[in-house]
Amino acid sequence: MIVLFGVFLLSLMVITALAIVRTHHLFVAVILTGIFSLLMAANFFLLDAADVALTEAAIGAGISTVLFLGALALTGEHERANTSNRLLALSVVAVTTLLVIYATFDKPRFGDPLAPVHQHVAPWYLDKTAEAIDIPNVVTAVLGSFRGYDTLGEVFVVFTAGIGVLFLFGARPSYSSGAARTNTTDPGQGLRHYLIPRVVGRLLIPFIFLFGLYVQFHGDYGPGGGFQAGAIIAAAVILYALLEGEEQALRVLPHKLLIGLMAGGALLYGGVGVAALLLGGNFLDYSVLAADPIVGQHIGILLIEAGVGITVTGVLISVFHAFAGRRRY
Amino acid sequence: MALLLDIASWALLSIGGAFVFIGGVGALRMPDLYTRIHAASLTDTMGAVLVIVGIMLQAGLSLAAVKLAAILLFLLLTSPTASNALASAALLAGLRPSGEVVTDEEQSK
Repeated sequence: MIVLFGVFLLSLMVITALAIVRTHHLFVAVILTGIFSLLMAANFFLLDAADVALTEAAIGAGISTVLFLGALALTGEHERANTSNRLLALSVVAVTTLLVIYATFDKPRFGDPLAPVHQHVAPWYLDKTAEAIDIPNVVTAVLGSFRGYDTLGEVFVVFTAGIGVLFLFGARPSYSSGAARTNTTDPGQGLRHYLIPRVVGRLLIPFIFLFGLYVQFHGDYGPGGGFQAGAIIAAAVILYALLEGEEQALRVLPHKLLIGLMAGGALLYGGVGVAALLLGGNFLDYSVLAADPIVGQHIGILLIEAGVGITVTGVLISVFHAFAGRRRY
Repeated sequence: MALLLDIASWALLSIGGAFVFIGGVGALRMPDLYTRIHAASLTDTMGAVLVIVGIMLQAGLSLAAVKLAAILLFLLLTSPTASNALASAALLAGLRPSGEVVTDEEQSK
């Protein structure tokens, strides 16, 4: 039954991918990309990767669609006519496809317990999580503690991406130029028409925040963690900005604070590592943070997940404002 | 009792599925955007409500049922809002409902 669902979802994804390639209207392509991400998230969930599914749904289908739309508002909605050599592109794609299909022959069967990936370090993680860290969600244990270095690297990648976007777009705080409205239609009519989304949106924002915090702090026990929670909280703030205008959102969360969040989260993560170093352990070895090593691990994971969440929130909101604020110049 | 619950849940799921199907057909076959939104919103509201209540009957009195109820409430708030936002955006963009009534005889000509 699960295989049937998987095949169904994968066929839908192939159809969506073909539709993305075939359409020349970029707005349609962006919406289809969101649908593709949602199908991918359902597929991840089918493979029991709930953490990855949550991330894909929040970032792939949610935030990146908004960012793509923000980019489209700055450029045009139509693809430029294709003048490059189609035959060459087709042959490259065909050869690559054949190579990838050939490579799949060597792969173990789906769900095979003897597959190399299940034989390497995974059994060790599964054994040691209960003993050394004592939290039910092994994914969080691996992500936060066993492979804390990798996650630190990911946080710095997110941080660097945020800095890069801010450099490219010149993040000038622009709430002083509030008179220049972006709304090209009649504003009076606009307000009347957007009344229902505004009322419902304002009703939902607190609950989205609450859910974000739940995902943040429930990461030890179920699917969730800093990356997903950061995306959800950023989505709540972006919804607020869409409903009430960017100036109002920047008044609530000013640029300086956002940049502080971006840097502060990464700093908190690195700081936990340095604190462990100063207390006589290795870098990012949380066991020394408390008298009981397991409690130390819990504190360490809580702090670094908070750092991840803070950085992701700050970066996503800053990138959104960079795109949205650009429209006015 | 369990049998009754199963039958009720089966009926709700089937009717919900039928609503989703009708919504899909309507979204494809209706003549203009507004009628298509009208058809598609059937999927979000009636289809989703019936399917989720059907699953809730299967879940029984458990945490899963509470979560499903929360999802149901969320969908009931957001889906009609999304339909409304879509229709009002189309209206603002200048797309007028055609207002013409096309009868069956005219269509078959």
